[in-house]
Amino acid sequence: MLYAILCYHDEDFVGSWSKEHDADVMAKLAVVQEKLTKQGRLGPVARLLPTTAATTLRKENPPLVLDGPYAETKEQLLGFYIVDCKNLDEAVEVARDLGAANPGGAYEIRPVGLFAPGGAVK
Amino acid sequence: MNDEAWIDAALTSARPQAVGALLRYFRDLDTAEEAFQNASLRALKSWQQNGPPRDPAAWLIMVGRNAGIDEVRRRRKQEALPDDDQAISDLGDAEEEVAERLDGSHYRDDILRLLFICCHPELQPTQQIALALRIVSGLSVKQIARAFLVSEAAMEQRITRAKARVADADVPFEAPGAVERSQRLASVAAMIYLIFNEGYSASGDTADIRKPLCEEAIRLSRLLLRLFPAEPEMMGLLALLLLQHARAAARFDAEGSIVLLEDQDRSLWNKTMIAEGLALIDKAMRHRASGPYQVQAAIAALHCRAEKPEDTDWTQIDLLYGALELMQPSPVITLNRAVAVSKARGAEAALAMIEPLEARLSNYFHFFGVRGALLMQLGRNDEARTAFDRAIALANTSAEAAHIRMHLDRLMRDAKGGDKAGR
Repeated sequence: MLYAILCYHDEDFVGSWSKEHDADVMAKLAVVQEKLTKQGRLGPVARLLPTTAATTLRKENPPLVLDGPYAETKEQLLGFYIVDCKNLDEAVEVARDLGAANPGGAYEIRPVGLFAPGGAVK
Repeated sequence: MNDEAWIDAALTSARPQAVGALLRYFRDLDTAEEAFQNASLRALKSWQQNGPPRDPAAWLIMVGRNAGIDEVRRRRKQEALPDDDQAISDLGDAEEEVAERLDGSHYRDDILRLLFICCHPELQPTQQIALALRIVSGLSVKQIARAFLVSEAAMEQRITRAKARVADADVPFEAPGAVERSQRLASVAAMIYLIFNEGYSASGDTADIRKPLCEEAIRLSRLLLRLFPAEPEMMGLLALLLLQHARAAARFDAEGSIVLLEDQDRSLWNKTMIAEGLALIDKAMRHRASGPYQVQAAIAALHCRAEKPEDTDWTQIDLLYGALELMQPSPVITLNRAVAVSKARGAEAALAMIEPLEARLSNYFHFFGVRGALLMQLGRNDEARTAFDRAIALANTSAEAAHIRMHLDRLMRDAKGGDKAGR
């Protein structure tokens, strides 16, 4: 079963990290990702740019284009992983590993219904 | 992240909102800052023991407010001014206001006000910057002094003077109207741009020391855009800063000399920053409400989009500078346009464009640098040499002078007749 692990955190807070700390976190996360890759369980991974760069299209008639993220929340969606796990316990385990490498904020663990990996985008 | 680093980052990110709310509450910058300082000290202890609060800014405002009230009461007792009931009744009103703020309603104007008081017109630009870095960003006097390359004592004095001036100024504390708000926004944007330029105009040997100024300007600009997410000029400002700063690693060589845009190693440009900058300029353009920051960002974007220098769309850059000249007529902009014109239409046209500027730019290093380069391209070497000599005399930094000397050396080589055209 594929799970999406959606990363939420206060982007102001993450934005206050020093460059060294940011690099340190990314390096620690890479170790966890590497392990999953070797097991053939890691799908696409994305780190999103700040919500100030976001645009929202509300599918009204006619569609409405708005500046900013869809939801104004205290913690923002900052990225996601797609991971192949046998069951929820395993997915929670992966999230725990990622969380140990990058504490703070929250992971939403969400089973994937349809997965189209595409492949054209590198 | 260890506890201390975690708390540090939380305090930094909560600071503008918390100090802004405390300023609205106490209506006095020093009291607000002290209250925040007090709350931060308690946070160090409490957060380490109890873990992070759900909303660090709200926690700091609440604790800071109580600390500040105690301080005001203590001072009142010491001073024993019997007929000064004003402060107490103000506090009563403000208490309700803070409760309201905890619902997350007014913080936009709080932060804007905090930034705006730093833009007081009587303050010198360098004072504005120093004050903003101290009270909004929370950098230490030591850090700011270092970035400005002055002694800590001198910076302390500069900030104290700026604060005193701001304290005397009449800052309206009621929520601003729409016109007032957009005027404040424009002043604040200009100040953020100043902070950035202070860091960006550094020479090679000081670039690393001054880089935090650029990074802080980007952080403040992002904060401002989050508060005003649909303002195209705020998107333009952030895009401009990101696209300029993306090139930082390529702007100086190992000796600290300037590397011209066309000679820069483009693989050193920061791709994430460029992606964000380009995304923002795309967003801004959709508003069809152009402004100087957007146009400058669009120019920077054209440079960033060119994989090789020869891919640069100089015709478009020439047009954009033309638009910028109409918005902000200035000989310096015309001078920059002339560089694009020389690429798009040739050195002759560019030279004709800058000749009328000489009277107004007679003390401007770049004017003579550009003029010398254009004359050199046209083979008018004697005149070029005169212009370069003048540029060296006007250079502000050793890196600028060294760069012009490089041109002069090339002229000397050519003059010896040894121009190795076939090489």
